[in-house]
Amino acid sequence: MKKFDKERLLLGLAAPLLAIVAAFLVTAVVLLATGKEPFSAFGIMFDYGVKSDSQVYILNKATTYYLAGLAVAVGFRMNLFNIGVDGQYRLAAFFAAAVGGALTLPGFLQIPLIILTAMIVGAMWAGIAGVLKVTRGVSEVVSTIMLNMIATAIIGYLLQQGRLGHLDSAGTKVATKPLPESAHFFSFTTQPDADPIWGFIVIAAIAGVAYWFILSRTRFGFDLRTVGASESAADASGVNVKKMVITSMLISGLVAGLIGMPTLLNDSYEYGGDFPTGIGFTGIAIALLGRNHPVGIALGALLWGFLERGTGKLEFEGYDKEIVGVIQGVIVLCVVIAYEVVRRYGLKRQQRQVGAKLAAQAANNSEKQEVSA
Amino acid sequence: MRRVSKIAAASIATAALAFTATACGESSTGGSGSGDGGGKLKIGMAYDVGGRGDNSFNDSAARGLDKAKKELGAETKELTAKTGETPADREQRLASLAEGGFNPVVAVGFAYKDALDKVAKKHPKVTFGLVDSVAEAKNINNIVFTEEQGSYLAGVAAANKSKDGKIGFIGGVDIPLIKKFAAGFQQGVKETKPDATVQIQYLSSGSDLSGFGSPDKGKEAAKGMLDKGTDVIFAAAGGSGAGAIEAVAGKKGTWAIGVDSDQALDPSLSKYKESILTSVVKNVDAGVFELAKSIKDGKPKTGTSTYSLAENGVTLTTTGDHLKDVQTKLDEAKKKIVDGTIKVKSTL
Repeated sequence: MKKFDKERLLLGLAAPLLAIVAAFLVTAVVLLATGKEPFSAFGIMFDYGVKSDSQVYILNKATTYYLAGLAVAVGFRMNLFNIGVDGQYRLAAFFAAAVGGALTLPGFLQIPLIILTAMIVGAMWAGIAGVLKVTRGVSEVVSTIMLNMIATAIIGYLLQQGRLGHLDSAGTKVATKPLPESAHFFSFTTQPDADPIWGFIVIAAIAGVAYWFILSRTRFGFDLRTVGASESAADASGVNVKKMVITSMLISGLVAGLIGMPTLLNDSYEYGGDFPTGIGFTGIAIALLGRNHPVGIALGALLWGFLERGTGKLEFEGYDKEIVGVIQGVIVLCVVIAYEVVRRYGLKRQQRQVGAKLAAQAANNSEKQEVSA
Repeated sequence: MRRVSKIAAASIATAALAFTATACGESSTGGSGSGDGGGKLKIGMAYDVGGRGDNSFNDSAARGLDKAKKELGAETKELTAKTGETPADREQRLASLAEGGFNPVVAVGFAYKDALDKVAKKHPKVTFGLVDSVAEAKNINNIVFTEEQGSYLAGVAAANKSKDGKIGFIGGVDIPLIKKFAAGFQQGVKETKPDATVQIQYLSSGSDLSGFGSPDKGKEAAKGMLDKGTDVIFAAAGGSGAGAIEAVAGKKGTWAIGVDSDQALDPSLSKYKESILTSVVKNVDAGVFELAKSIKDGKPKTGTSTYSLAENGVTLTTTGDHLKDVQTKLDEAKKKIVDGTIKVKSTL
């Protein structure tokens, strides 16, 4: 087991704290520039964000964001930039909703079937990018962006009346057939009148533990991280890099398939034109924020949910609604910068320590030589 | 193994903590009286993506709100949807308005339907308005329009104005709402001039809503149609319509038909008004105002209010008098639609 390293922990905590403080300072300046008093805005957000119904909202949002963060982080750990998480989860949720709406099985069969469909569709869609990278050297960034667009087009084509779509009575909304009652996921009731906490949070937690275990406690995880650190070194040590690329894209896609599930199984029960889009990109920000660490991603997801909850209130109180977009963007930028600053500082510090040690050794040696001479 | 169980224990403990915190925390909804405006009319508006200033659908609703503010002395609060929202976000928006004492609370756009179903049940004393969709709860006024009827009339006008019967329809996104416009327009053209052709094109599809906000795409599509000899183009494409109108204005002897508000009067488009034949206007403002007025009068409107051609819920504008020569034909068609002789389809 690794020795507990106090200094490393401190440096690890310094970065996110630095980032958040910097982000709030920048936001305060922006708020001042728009002629608003910044601290009352933070006060409003905090007061509102800790209310019980806000907590439920934040946990539910964070469930989705956490899965998105994990999906992106799997790729990040091996230097794969899976931008396609967005298309993967939408396509996965769409097909899962279509399958779920077409069947009426007992819940214990139906729900796993829906989730499995989503995971497989997500993995296959991500796998295309993996295969293209390995066999044709197509950068996964390019191919996944294209695959996102193709996913949008496929859903647009199939989500039509007469295909897999189903027009509502007012004739304005097209969605897949609603899931039967038996396919609704369980949820935790908190207060009789309030919204429940989505049961899918349990699956998200399990996914987090699995992510941690696979990456840091298995040979596969070690290989994956090795490829991420240096492809040629991994190759030299006998890791099949091509196989790793495809496998990790598949895993990233599997997790991406889960992203739409909390919304589908706990909230909307159908895939319509109003199904949330763009969560894959939020996932990139959250994975960055959480440094690809399962606990860090969870904190990032909660922070994101908190900020979104707070905005609604800020807008209600007369602040510009765009301000939270600014805060979120600034936080991500600050995180990236803060980590780099702290990393360089850590590196310098280490070099200095090593240098001091070597100097001391050298001094020792020369003393000894003098004595022996 | 020990480490795993430790982590499991830690996560269970955290989860338990989170739950207890949730259970004893104070709710933001508690305490605030709902639906008690104290006599003054307070209108809450929840716009769809784009919000006030979209030169289209949301703006039309905003006009109704402004009218209510002026004529009924209402206090107002406006919130706007973001892209990529979940039903929970929309619920939060509606609930915060209802809890803030706003009555009525108007949800602009069909995307609010599911959220409104839930929120309306929790706030039985508040009257909600829902534009473009139909929800079930009793305290909701569903404000729907017969877009296909207005588009039918536009089709009649287009068929009469076109020289060789080549007519184009540009839809923003291929969603059912836009298809209503397309269906009515096509039927209007075909029943006026059976040998005319209507080329239907959408700028984006499905959940990609960019087709509503890309004037460049609208311009490109209109140019393509013009090159093929099309001489009347109806653009039901929100903000993208501006591009289509610009393209049409660049070619002599061709006409553009606008949508949602009178685009010949739009400050940014009025320079093209000689090329804008008419606009199919959906009077969302009337729906919003009627609802506000009913609350003010103490007789809240509920159930479904269909604003059809008969009550001028959808109309054709006459700015520039370009329709003068076909007006009798339009009046005739309108009469037939109103008395039911012509049934306009709402799907393609």
